[in-house]
Amino acid sequence: MKDLLALFTEAAPRPRNALLVLLALLLLAPLLIDRYLLSLMILVLYFAFVGQAWNIMMGLCGQLSLGHALYVGLGAYAAAALYQHFGLTPWLGMFAAVLVCVAVASLIGWLAFRFGIAGTYFALLTIAFAEFTRIGFDHFAWVGGSGGFFLKVVQQDATDWLNLRGHPRMFYFLALALASGAFVLTAWLMRSRAGYYFRAIRDNEESACAAGVNTFRYKMIAIQISAALTALAGVFFAFYYNNLFPEQIFNMGRSIEIILAPIIGGVGTLFGPVIGAALLTLLSEGLTELLQALGIQAPGLKQILYGVALGLSIMFMPHGVWPGIARRLGLTRDAEDAGK
Amino acid sequence: MPLDLVVNVLLSGLLTGLVYGLMALGLSVIYGVVRIVNFAHGELMALAMYLTVIAFTALKLDPLWMLLPVAAGFFGLGYALQRALINPFIARPEHAQFMLLLALALILVNGLLMVFGPDARNVQVDYALDSYQVGPVLVDKVRVVCAGVALVCCALLWAIFRFTGFGKAIRACADNLLGARVVGLNVAHLYGLTFGIGCACVAVAGTLLTLLVDVTPASGPAYTLLAFIIVIIGGLGSMPGALAGGVLIGVSEAAAGIAFMPSAKSMVSFALLIVVLAFKPQGLFVRR
Repeated sequence: MKDLLALFTEAAPRPRNALLVLLALLLLAPLLIDRYLLSLMILVLYFAFVGQAWNIMMGLCGQLSLGHALYVGLGAYAAAALYQHFGLTPWLGMFAAVLVCVAVASLIGWLAFRFGIAGTYFALLTIAFAEFTRIGFDHFAWVGGSGGFFLKVVQQDATDWLNLRGHPRMFYFLALALASGAFVLTAWLMRSRAGYYFRAIRDNEESACAAGVNTFRYKMIAIQISAALTALAGVFFAFYYNNLFPEQIFNMGRSIEIILAPIIGGVGTLFGPVIGAALLTLLSEGLTELLQALGIQAPGLKQILYGVALGLSIMFMPHGVWPGIARRLGLTRDAEDAGK
Repeated sequence: MPLDLVVNVLLSGLLTGLVYGLMALGLSVIYGVVRIVNFAHGELMALAMYLTVIAFTALKLDPLWMLLPVAAGFFGLGYALQRALINPFIARPEHAQFMLLLALALILVNGLLMVFGPDARNVQVDYALDSYQVGPVLVDKVRVVCAGVALVCCALLWAIFRFTGFGKAIRACADNLLGARVVGLNVAHLYGLTFGIGCACVAVAGTLLTLLVDVTPASGPAYTLLAFIIVIIGGLGSMPGALAGGVLIGVSEAAAGIAFMPSAKSMVSFALLIVVLAFKPQGLFVRR
């Protein structure tokens, strides 16, 4: 608790005040914007949240996961199935979701880190687990198999916080809470002992190990935190969209979607995932609007745009857009943290 | 289950596996020399498959005639890709290279989706249903042809690396990069050639596969993953390992197809990958 307070009191006044203003604006936003903008804002906050979750693992600890859709899917299915089959409120269901995801993440981490599997091999292992699970859920009849799993949809004017049924405004506040929570958690992690160990492992694992960091343990902690947060994103996804298809939710494209925001924003930075999510959503919605206005039907175009955005940012901005913005705003302390 | 059915299925799995092996060989050659993980491998193969299918529908050209032009075209494409796009990334961290190729893969597969739509396409040659009878066992003619071509390609590749000066130069780059530079080899050019060879391999494998399976844009990422599974099982960078891994995956897929539901057969491949990564991450066929 003292550490959390220190985060606030010891922060430089300018970024702190800017953040407070931003938070106030975001809290007031639902009063001002219409439903379409609200749904966009929910998307931005959702991607900022999962991006932050992925960032803890990759940006801080240097472990590249390309299978984060696995945790979204498992979290979503766990909470949704408990709600649909047993009427369990998602507020309790989310504990189950987190538990399942942390268990699976621990298994993956244990298998990989035990033998020092890293880099490309680790990324492929995460993909393999996600794909394996996707095909498994295609044949998992209890949650509808490949035919999909649907939650009861109710009238949207009655907001039921207990069961997370109702108006998008509720989901907006939920997403805002998640995104701010992950932001604070990451800020706290960055200052904590674990956070320094994470970055030591990212920058040079052998040196970290030689300096006495238990690299296995801290890599496990990183993957577990990341999976737990992503599980919450899954719960949110399930109750916001009300339908789950293994083909979609475990899809590798989803995993890529998750990592785009932090990569474009700046891997390993605190603000990167937030800025990246905003930019990406703006870009993709703008394109959708433009195509609609021109009357063009192009099913793969959005993904091509993602590909181009990913390629360009890797080529020309390997550290993302945030370090540049931070320098311009005079907030270089965070920019120095920009990952490699 | 009748025994001859099992033998039939396993044999066809083995023959398909040889084509898979050629596909994975391309990936393995690229990784072994350039140390780049070609994450757009399956997407390049899907592109080659579409080219073959178009040539067949438009000109009634047998896919076997397409082998040489497609291989030559992809050799050039691979060379250009390496020189223009990937070479600047040689010194970058591994995950940056990975994501560059991921971006390329995304663009390729969705480009195919935009141009050709999501429907499956195939090639209907008039000898598609012919088969050879060996005792009680029936073998599809196309599978035998495909496996034969794949084997010839592998032998050719081996001969190039073993006996030509240029193959020797490429092996020198793989063994000792600094040494290769010191003796004056043009490493960037040789990397380009290697990437070209890898792409030619996968293009030939793709052209052959049009005789055996349908192609959809979504098969691109699926084949990328399959190629990775094969080379990791066989040992990344090992040529015989890629071929052996291909056969192993081909046979296990076929076996899973009769033992479980056909739609669950790729689960077996992923399970195999997880087991291999967990217990022998350097690959089954690599002695170390």
